[in-house]
This record gives sequence, structure tokens and C-alpha cells, in this order.
Amino acid sequence: MSTTFRAARAIAWRHLYKWISVPANFMPTFIFPLIFFTGFAGALGRVGEIPGFDYPANYTTWIFVFSLLQTCLFGGLATGFTIAGDFQSGFARRLMLAVADRNAILYGYMLSTFLRAALMSGIVTGVAFIAGLEMLGSVGEIVGMYLLSLSLSLIGTMWAAGVMFRARDPQLGPAMQIPMFIAIFLAPVYVPLALLSGWLHAVARVNPVSHIMGAGRGLLVGQPDDIGLALVSVAVLFALLAVWAITGVRSAERAGG
Amino acid sequence: MTSATATAPAPQGVVNPHAVGTSLPHQVLLLARRSIRGALSSPAGYMPGIVMPLMLLTINSSAMQRSTSIPGFPADRFLDFIIVITFMQAALFATSSAGLGLVRDIESGFLDRLALTPMRAGALVVAQISGAIVIAMGASLLYVTIGLVTGVDFHAGFLGVLALLGLAAWTALAFATIGAWIALRSGESEALQGIFPLLFASLFLSTLNMPRELIQADWFAAITRVNPVSYMIDGMRSLIITGWVPRMLLEDVLVLVVITAIGVSGCARALRRRMAKA
Repeated sequence: MSTTFRAARAIAWRHLYKWISVPANFMPTFIFPLIFFTGFAGALGRVGEIPGFDYPANYTTWIFVFSLLQTCLFGGLATGFTIAGDFQSGFARRLMLAVADRNAILYGYMLSTFLRAALMSGIVTGVAFIAGLEMLGSVGEIVGMYLLSLSLSLIGTMWAAGVMFRARDPQLGPAMQIPMFIAIFLAPVYVPLALLSGWLHAVARVNPVSHIMGAGRGLLVGQPDDIGLALVSVAVLFALLAVWAITGVRSAERAGG
Repeated sequence: MTSATATAPAPQGVVNPHAVGTSLPHQVLLLARRSIRGALSSPAGYMPGIVMPLMLLTINSSAMQRSTSIPGFPADRFLDFIIVITFMQAALFATSSAGLGLVRDIESGFLDRLALTPMRAGALVVAQISGAIVIAMGASLLYVTIGLVTGVDFHAGFLGVLALLGLAAWTALAFATIGAWIALRSGESEALQGIFPLLFASLFLSTLNMPRELIQADWFAAITRVNPVSYMIDGMRSLIITGWVPRMLLEDVLVLVVITAIGVSGCARALRRRMAKA
């Protein structure tokens, strides 16, 4: 087993342990996705009756995919705060001295965030079933939907890591959160793209998150559509943000941790 | 020499009660000024509280516009319906604003040092709450201006806008007292951060996004019925989209009276206990 992988695994384990054992870390990642899901699924059922809203399942199912993507994406942002906290406490400096390949730190955070997102996705799914979620797709399609949404946890982590390896200060959290917040809310969250109008329609049409969300919704109800576009969106975001995150690690190295 | 020392301005951030007298209103004024200056000196602390509601407003008002075609929806534009989110978020922000200010003063020992001066500790609590309300009011004025610029039709007219601002200030007061209570009781910022998800939940599990009569899910309608935030939202919103609806305003005021009373009495008890330990 390579030293990089061993280091990444140890960092991932520490991150997961801190997440589970410190309620202040655990609660926001646990509560916020459920609040959003419950709030939207409970309040907006009638939105599914708007003329032109042609989704084959109920509104809970429609909003579930958004909640899942949000859970995964915002989980990555929570990791950004952990990274900043590690820099503030001096732990990141010791970590930088301890590992030969500093990218292992990034890989460790990505691994733990992915596992955490998988667990959180399971919890959100459980609550969604209670609220009336309908899964109409085949097993393969459902697995594809989860993999697509989990890819956002890696994308979110790389974005957040890139910001926080550079900033090393949790006070700059909003600079990390706001772009991701905008990215996900500028997708067709509440109604299909065709029902959006004006500037929001124009932006949502080119927003890569819209393609991922659309593909996820299609897979969930067994009507896969635009999967290729979604995969390209994930691949492009992954490639760009990998460069962003790794150059962030280099920046922290140059600053001496 | 002595006179020069006595009249020299106090360094920034340091309160010198002897310079202007020690009556309670003066103490509150001095400390509130300090609290506002402290809060405004850190844009990273307050800007998200102003920017995020505006972002949500901009995006949701456009994304949810089609909802107005649901039969029985009470507004022609979703912007008119949802603009209340900005006032509510400004008020919720007062919880952390007042609470974190007090926690800082407790952690830094400022509250304990204050006990050695002619200042009353209660003045510090009132000042932190006042500071939070002033910031919330500044944000609310901004939101009203944005509403007017974007063509929001305030059905209750000019007096309605004043009433809306009054309710927004009172809502901020109610939440700020809760934040101050938690801060005084725990003295830790973690406790305040812990309550934020609860406040966030109370906002989203309410009539924020849909009027109660149009909520399909019975379980959710039941939650909105027992959630006091729904009555705050409905009261403020009625001034914007309907006009003067006495029942809604009365419900809002009753909820505010109860929460403020709980917050103030909680603050008083927690402050007494903390000062006894000091």
C-alpha cells in the first residue's frame, strides 16, 4: 500500500471521527439538508400541479434530487471549514510536516467527505421515503443517480479545499459558500427548466449543475435523459477543480502550512 | 495635567463612563455604540447576513414566479410574497449578532471588569441587543428600498411600511433576547451556533414558501400551525400583499410578546446568576 494512500486513509479516518464525535461538526451537515428537504417537500407540493410541470412522479421525488445534490455539495463546504480550522489550530502545519506527499491531505479529505456524503444521502433517502418518495427507475438507474450526486461531494470538497488551502481562515467561509450556493440555486430547483423564464432560464440552461440535476431526476424515475451532458459537466468540473485544489495545496506548502 | 487626562478622548473600543455621566440611558448608548462599531468593523460577520437573503430573494422570486398561477395564490408576483424572507432573516441574524457580541464580552472578561465600574451589567446586555436591532433595522430599510425599487406593491401603504419596519424591529428584538439569553447562560459561542439550525428550521418549516391554505401535506400544515415563526411571517406579509388584516397582525404581536417576555426574563435570570458568580 503506498504511503500516499495510507496517509490519506489516516486523514480521512480522523476527519470522520471528528465529524461523528463533535456535535457542532455533525449537526449542521445532518440538520440542514433535512430542513431544506422537509421544508420544500412539505410546503411546495402544489407546485407540481402548475401547468407544464410534467414530471412522472410526485413533488417530493422532484425536490429529493435537489436535496441529495445539496447534501453532497454542502458536505464538501463543511470540509472546507474543517481544513481552515486545522490551519488555525496549527494541526495542518504538523500534517504538512508529517506526510511526504501533501496531496494525500487533499485525498484524505475527499475520501472522508465522500463517505460522509454517502451516509448522509442514506439518511436523506430514508426521510424522503417517509415523506412519499417514489423511485421509478431500475436498480442501475438509481445507482447511477446516487453516483452522480456523490460526485458533487468530491467537486464541493475540491472547491472548498482550494479556497481554504489558500485562505487558511474560517472567516473567509462565505467566499467559499456563496459561489456554490449560487451554483446550485441557479439550477431548476423548484420547477423544470422549461417553466423558468428570463435571466434565470438563460443562466440555468448553461449551469452545469442543471445538467447533473436534470439527469439525476431522469434516472430516479426511469427516464434517463441528457446523461452524456451530465457526465461531461461532472468531468469538466472535476478536472478544473482538481487543478484548483492541488494548486491550493501548493499554495499552503509555499506559505509553510 | 489632570484636567488634560480627564478630557482626553477614550481610546477606541474603551468605554469611559465618567466622561459623559453614568445614567442608565447613557451607559446603554455608549455600550450600544461600541457594539455597533464592533459589529460593523467586521464585514465578514454581517455581510453574509445581508447578502444571502438578497440572493435567495432574487433567485426564488424568479424561480417560483409560476407558483402564482396556483389557484388561490394570494399575490400576482412571487417577489411580493417572498420579500418577507429578508426581514425574517435579518431578525434571525440578530440572534447571533447579540449573542456573539455578549459571548465575546464574557470570554474576554469585559463583563467581569464591568462589574468593577459604575456601569450596570444590564446596560451591556441591553446595548448588545440594541446594537443587533440597529443592524437589523439598517438591513430592513435596505430591503424596503429594494422592494420599492423592484416594484413591490406594499398594500398597506406608507403607514403599512412603517408598521412593517416596526414589526421587523420587534422580531429582531425578540430573537436578540433569545440570543443574549443563550450567551449569558452558556458563555460559549458553540451554544449559539447550536441554536442556529433550530432557527433555520423554524424559518423553513413555516408558511415562508406557501400560504397555509395551499399546503397539500397535512403534516406540514400542522407544523406551520404550531410554529410561531409562521405567525410572524404571516403578520408582516399581510402588510405587503393584503393590507391591514387585524387578525394576522394581532397573532404576530401576541407571538412577539410571548417570545420577548421569555427572552427578557431568561436574560434577567441568566445575568443575575452570572454576576453572582463574577
